[in-house]
Amino acid sequence: MFGAGGGTNSYQEVEDTDCIFLWGSNARETHPIFFHRVLKAVRRGAKLFVVDPRKTVTAQWADSWLAINVGADIALANAMANEIIRLGLEHREFIANATTGFEAYRACVQSYTPERAESITGIPAETIRAAARAFASSERAVICWTLGITEHHNATDNVLALINLALLTGHVGRYGSGLNPLRGQNNVQGGGDMGAIPDRLPGFQALSDDAARTKFDKAWGVTIPPERGWRLNEMFDAAERGELRTLYIVGENPAVSEADRHRAEAILKSLNHLVVQDITLTRTAEMAHVVLPASTGWCESEGTVTNSERRVQRVRKAVDPPGNARDDIDIVCDVARRLGHDLGSPTAQQLWDELRTLSPMHAGMSYARLEALDGLRWPCYDENHPGEQFLHARLWENPVRGPRAPFNVVEFEAPVDEITHEFPLLLTTGRRLDSFNSGVQTGQYTSPLRRGESLDLCPQDALRFGVRDGERVRVRSRRGSVEVPVRIDDTVRPGLAFMTFHFDVQTNMLTIEANDPKSGTAEFKATAVRIDKLEVGAATAGE
Amino acid sequence: MSISLDTGVRFSLEIDGVATTAPAGATILDVCRAVGVDTPTLCYLETLTPVNVCRVCVVELEGARTLVPACSRVVEDGMKIRTDSERVRASRRMVLEFLASSVDVSLADDMQRQMKRYGAKPERFGAEARTVRQPVKVDNELYVRDYSKCILCYKCVEACGSDAQNTFAIATAGRGFDAHISTEFNVGLPDSACVYCGNCIGVCPTGALMFVSEHEMREAGTWDEARQTKTDTICGYCGVGCTLTVHAQDNEIVKVSSPADHDVTHGHLCIKGRFGWKFVGVKKRRSDG
Repeated sequence: MFGAGGGTNSYQEVEDTDCIFLWGSNARETHPIFFHRVLKAVRRGAKLFVVDPRKTVTAQWADSWLAINVGADIALANAMANEIIRLGLEHREFIANATTGFEAYRACVQSYTPERAESITGIPAETIRAAARAFASSERAVICWTLGITEHHNATDNVLALINLALLTGHVGRYGSGLNPLRGQNNVQGGGDMGAIPDRLPGFQALSDDAARTKFDKAWGVTIPPERGWRLNEMFDAAERGELRTLYIVGENPAVSEADRHRAEAILKSLNHLVVQDITLTRTAEMAHVVLPASTGWCESEGTVTNSERRVQRVRKAVDPPGNARDDIDIVCDVARRLGHDLGSPTAQQLWDELRTLSPMHAGMSYARLEALDGLRWPCYDENHPGEQFLHARLWENPVRGPRAPFNVVEFEAPVDEITHEFPLLLTTGRRLDSFNSGVQTGQYTSPLRRGESLDLCPQDALRFGVRDGERVRVRSRRGSVEVPVRIDDTVRPGLAFMTFHFDVQTNMLTIEANDPKSGTAEFKATAVRIDKLEVGAATAGE
Repeated sequence: MSISLDTGVRFSLEIDGVATTAPAGATILDVCRAVGVDTPTLCYLETLTPVNVCRVCVVELEGARTLVPACSRVVEDGMKIRTDSERVRASRRMVLEFLASSVDVSLADDMQRQMKRYGAKPERFGAEARTVRQPVKVDNELYVRDYSKCILCYKCVEACGSDAQNTFAIATAGRGFDAHISTEFNVGLPDSACVYCGNCIGVCPTGALMFVSEHEMREAGTWDEARQTKTDTICGYCGVGCTLTVHAQDNEIVKVSSPADHDVTHGHLCIKGRFGWKFVGVKKRRSDG
């Protein structure tokens, strides 16, 4: 946000803060060691607010569980702002000095009274008021979020709504106050840092910036096209139009993980040439024309990853890869060689040192320092720089150095997939503690906690649809259907169902490819479904 | 965990006749370590709240009637401390002998070292003293509990409880000779609140809590630490960025731990980080997606 995409606080600050909002995050299960920090804060007396449609094990630790209807986050955030402004708890000095666009924002949130928000979010107005007061009046406060915010058709607007709250109260740019997306995979942050974003070069330098591009042109001896590339969803759209015919996929399993799986599979099948580089023969790899077996990033190769507190850390080779699996760097250089470009045979450290000459925010992070200091947080401009603990301290300088932080007017929009008489249930998806994404890795160890895929329903809905615990049913959306056993679960509320996508049940046959226009993320969190009972006699034993 | 009350005030004190200073809030153990006095500990760990149960770290404090535990006694100005008096040596020796006479401490390396140092002879209490001997509890595929090796240091209870995991799957049950670590109603782990983070394994000083992989290799006689490498890397799952120490033998991962002094984990992991590495060793890697 405000230029560089990364969480603004260190984990230690979360331990030391006074008020924590976990917004669309089930951190107890999905970021367990981060949640240890939250628990330390809670035991110190910090207030914990959990915004989640489900009463997750995370919500069970909260001072206040804001049981929100799926997709109503902007209504909640705007209503909190409405209450904060009504009480005069906004940070006027910070707003005047460090932000722009406040008047338009104030006008927008005026209509979001807590009573109106109650009708949209399902959260009692008084609960919204109390949350707003606690957030605004805490000395320090952080908002942390996960995919409950970003897997929506209006993901970027959701994030902007949270940023607005931080700007309104001055809860950013200070120790223990800030905005933190908890990354779902071990190097999501590092991928962004390294420029794996269609309009960025490494270190978040804009592709449209001529000076930045020229610097890379010189270092690499090529001319980098100034036009932004495609995001994953744009690639899929282009493939559907026949504009993209070759796809080289590294370490991703879109045949399983993409929303609307029927469509994703059809697109992958339609390609002239599909190359998949991965550590196992995934479903996507099975569809490929060429499979390049790779070594496992975290234990069979050298390099770095960046975590959710912007800390760049070393990964090291502990064991040799099996068979003919090779290091990603080797594979890429060899492919380049076949294409007529000699990139040499660089080591991970040599590539890193090259990056340090091109990305100022990484310049001070030598391998020696990364090893001696257990990693460093960016930005780290030179070898005497300790790395920034928290970002955007400049917003507290008067006058502000650099551009001011803008408020963005954002309005509530309901999820795309409409709940109707025909599809009366809202299915939302997420992870469980012992499993990870499409199960390629976690499927290989035996977990005593694992109970397989299920459609989690509250007892009232089980009664309403006439299904019992363990009964196999067909769950149908407007795009596809899957067969799955029902599990009666008190953590979901009436009208809401929950599934993961860790197992053989192809949950993403159901989900909708309704993408956020700014980030390209699909609305995995909101699918309208119905339950069809299987014919008597056709039912098989539960898993 | 030592309580941090650093107000800038430093106290003067004497350890074994040598004058030194320490910040207010430091424990006697902190000072001993700072001046290089080797002090045995069993129930103490930097990342956990002191529970003062083992008494092996006791020192003699001038003016105090009883010996005091170094791990939790906070320093005061003018303290005169003896760490190697005959009274301290005898007390430490007895603690080690009592524990080692009743418990199998063969895998407790640091305790073995301290027993040698203090001349502990647990065998003098005879074979009848082995009061906690019992079969190994193997009730899940991730870790075993061998309470024949448990010295009741409570570290596992602390790590499962409010010091880290906050799951509270285990606690101390019974009193006196009957005291033991137990799940609620003594049910097996799969029926308990356990979430298999294995943070109890991470803090266990005697090998009573052990990966199934290590237990099986030890039973088969193939566990060989001399042939093992330990490599620090970062977990491949979520974005928290936990440091994993990968223990490998013959190019196979045999267990995973995390360094207690690492800023991200403080030695603690979740089920995926600690146990979710089996896919690496699946020779012919296949998909289940």
